[in-house]
Amino acid sequence: MSIVKLEVNGKTHEVDVDPSTPLLYVLRNDLDLRGPHFGCGLGQCGVCSVIIDGNSVRSCLLPVSAVKGAITTLEGLSKDGKLHPLQQAWIDEQAPQCGYCQNGQIMTAKALLDRNPNPTDAEIRTAMEGILCRCMTYYRIQAAIKRAARGTATASVEAAQ
Amino acid sequence: MSTSLSLPQAVEDALLGADVTTSRRNFLKASGALVVTLSVGVVPGASVLAAAAPGPYVDPDFRQLDTWIVIHPDNTATFYVGKTDGGQGTGTAFRQMMCDELDIAYDKTSLVMGCTDVTPDQGGSGGSDAVERDGWPMRRVAAEARRTLLDLGSQRLGVPVEQLVVGNATIALKSDPAKQVTYAELIGGKRFNVALTGRNVDATTGVAKVKPVNELRVVGQSLKRYDIPGKVDGSLKWAVDVKLPGMVHARNIRPPFAGASLVKIDESSVAGVPGFIRVVSRGNYVAVVCEREEQAIRAARQLKVEWKKPAAAPFPASSELFTYIRNATPTSSSEPEIVGAPDAAFASAARVVEAEYEIPFQGHTAIGPAFALADPSNGQMTIYSNDMKSYGLRNGVAKFLDMPREQVRVVYMDGPQVYGRTAADDAGFEAAFLAKEMGRPVRLQWMREEETAWDTKGPPYVFKLRGGLDASGKVVALEYDARAVDFNHLGYNEPETVLIAQLMGKRPQPAKGGAETPSVMYGIPNRRMTASVVGLPMIWETPLRTGNLRDPNGPQVTFAFEAFIDELAVAAKADPVQFRLDMIAASAEDEGFRRARSLAVVNAAAKAYGWTARPAPAPRSEKGEVLTGRGISYTYRNFTVAATIAEVEVNTQTGRVWVKRLVCAHDCGLVINPEGLHHTVECGMLHGLSRALWEEVQFDTEKVTSTNWATHPSFRHGDTPERIDVVLVNGDPNPRRTDLAPYGAGETSHKPMIAAVANAIFDATGVRIRRAPFRKERVLAALKAAGKGTAA
Repeated sequence: MSIVKLEVNGKTHEVDVDPSTPLLYVLRNDLDLRGPHFGCGLGQCGVCSVIIDGNSVRSCLLPVSAVKGAITTLEGLSKDGKLHPLQQAWIDEQAPQCGYCQNGQIMTAKALLDRNPNPTDAEIRTAMEGILCRCMTYYRIQAAIKRAARGTATASVEAAQ
Repeated sequence: MSTSLSLPQAVEDALLGADVTTSRRNFLKASGALVVTLSVGVVPGASVLAAAAPGPYVDPDFRQLDTWIVIHPDNTATFYVGKTDGGQGTGTAFRQMMCDELDIAYDKTSLVMGCTDVTPDQGGSGGSDAVERDGWPMRRVAAEARRTLLDLGSQRLGVPVEQLVVGNATIALKSDPAKQVTYAELIGGKRFNVALTGRNVDATTGVAKVKPVNELRVVGQSLKRYDIPGKVDGSLKWAVDVKLPGMVHARNIRPPFAGASLVKIDESSVAGVPGFIRVVSRGNYVAVVCEREEQAIRAARQLKVEWKKPAAAPFPASSELFTYIRNATPTSSSEPEIVGAPDAAFASAARVVEAEYEIPFQGHTAIGPAFALADPSNGQMTIYSNDMKSYGLRNGVAKFLDMPREQVRVVYMDGPQVYGRTAADDAGFEAAFLAKEMGRPVRLQWMREEETAWDTKGPPYVFKLRGGLDASGKVVALEYDARAVDFNHLGYNEPETVLIAQLMGKRPQPAKGGAETPSVMYGIPNRRMTASVVGLPMIWETPLRTGNLRDPNGPQVTFAFEAFIDELAVAAKADPVQFRLDMIAASAEDEGFRRARSLAVVNAAAKAYGWTARPAPAPRSEKGEVLTGRGISYTYRNFTVAATIAEVEVNTQTGRVWVKRLVCAHDCGLVINPEGLHHTVECGMLHGLSRALWEEVQFDTEKVTSTNWATHPSFRHGDTPERIDVVLVNGDPNPRRTDLAPYGAGETSHKPMIAAVANAIFDATGVRIRRAPFRKERVLAALKAAGKGTAA
């Protein structure tokens, strides 16, 4: 065990764990976060995704000691009690069914829109391809991403004027 | 909206607080006394988890109105129902139905589901019966609550009931609406003390009648699901999030070969793992318990266990499965269903078509592996679980651990999708066993490889079909013979057949299993339908366990039958939509008007798609790399009917099939929430597409070899159609009938998908693929065999 320092959702935490512990278990079990879920432990399904320095990262494989940078989880997307536009779009489109994977879907969509605010349908499919949903809510998710992207576009146009 | 109703968070927190569940149970126990009850949102310290509330956990009495409905002092209400919601919006639908009968606004209500000590036992979920069967007692008890409140209001206001109006949980004089009394003023925080009747929970009723359909106001609205905000902002407490004082983590170690027996465990191999506490084993069941989750995962990987292989191979390899099924002696066969004189009809048919179809084992492969947390505090057992049949888990665990039922309860919470997986809830039993052994709360989650290999499977089938056409192309004879591997099909949380019981050596009488015949309203004058079950050489302690997977036999049976119907349409040079309409028209109407409603959905699907009549395959003037086609399939499940049209693109160089467009016309009677229904139908279709295009359990002669998302691929974002149209149909001959019933919608749209895709591939390519799933390698091989593949 050793002390590891993590910055999660704007707060600094110190945890006393084996440095090889995958980040997922530290987030869930030491920091009591409920967004990232265990799905495969193999980096194949993406439901454990978090954002580290702008990239969507699979926390089930990443040793906590290897984390370099600030971590954002699903809980960290809302600001001042206001949902992130993607979260709002998810509600508008009623995207989830069981919801277990939606953390990975939303976090990956956020990383996508942050680097590409107006993705094409093909770009959305490519960016999201690695995140599985076994309820098969893909159609709604893609609609929600487009809805959030449209919102972003409108806001940036207004800002430019 | 009142903050006291920010659900489901408040409900789940409330259920997890010892004070709260105790007061709920005391409330149910109290007789006549004035008991102040909780309002779910004002739970002090709700986020602090307490040890399990002390029992005994007496069954809530479904014949008491107080078991179902509580009116709070702030004029809100909480409904308690014995169902679960895997994310298809049934919880929202229950609230809508109960709000209408009680005359209370939707946002003034909350709902608690599936917790065995505080909600009446309606069996949990399964068979798409949520609104179809269980909604009725909910509606009737809410109507009875309204009637009781009207009586109380009549006494309070001093006028007969006939002179009162009700709305928004308030009773007023018709003549002078300013004279009013709220539900809370009449009964808030107090018991109704109204006895209900009914020989079982499904028949529960008071004396009040439910409202006619034309008076329903909340039902029929597309209200947003209450469970979604907590699922997208990270605030929802899932079953996997519950933490208890003294909790430890467990992981299973499975036999590396089916039917292997444990020889020796070398505990010293994990002695050095930090946090290691104990290896627990009994029979061939082995688990490790550690302080932390990652430690348990490491110990489970590191533990050295010696196993002995069984004397004979437990099953054929998946590549030999269909040969095995064809050659096996059935363990049981259904009584042949014979209509007319099929042999004579075949003998005089102008043309006879024959075909065989095959579909492999398909798994649940839930996105989150099986999970349970069991707490043995106070000499009792509380299981935190997403078990869809939580009541069955409670009963099963009590028997399995030889504990009185009153000492066992299940707290139902959200979890990953479970289309039948938790009907045999292995993790629930295992966690309870481990908790009893350890004397501490034990949190158990399966690993991905374990889940994909060992979850329950949908039965594989081989079908033989024969059809006879007369000279005009009309189907005059049909023969259907199905064989499924389904011997020892798992029941609902049976304490002798869940995996841990098998591994501990339990050997009850195996369930016969059941192969099915098709669900279509086709008037075919001469037919013979038979269905048989076969068993694998080894039926215990094997990962090839069949259980209920979303309409357990429907997708397989409908694949073969509706694809074969397409073959007959091709032989008759008929348009596949008209061909079906003619056969449905030739059938007799039944009590659910399934004939009329079948005609309606097939017509509606064709119209929504823009179907133009022509025989398949599509005429082609040139040979392109990507070919487009369309296919229709139709079925019913119980009294819900659906017709689906798939439009595909088949890449003749790669064999890849992309379903570009989907249409489903769906009639499930009264629609509670159109938007929620739309979503459920849509996701059901896409799950069917995953089974049509990807899903297949692969195994050698001793173990499952498709154990993760690389070796067991699933449908993904890139496979998603670019357009999906869902048409909600009301094909009842009297569509405005005031007693229109709602039917289940959880499975019907899933059922016709494989056939719709098979028919579309044929339409595109002229090649009939009779073996699912239609992965690109299989499609390409079929195209090449037919001389239709194109070089890359």
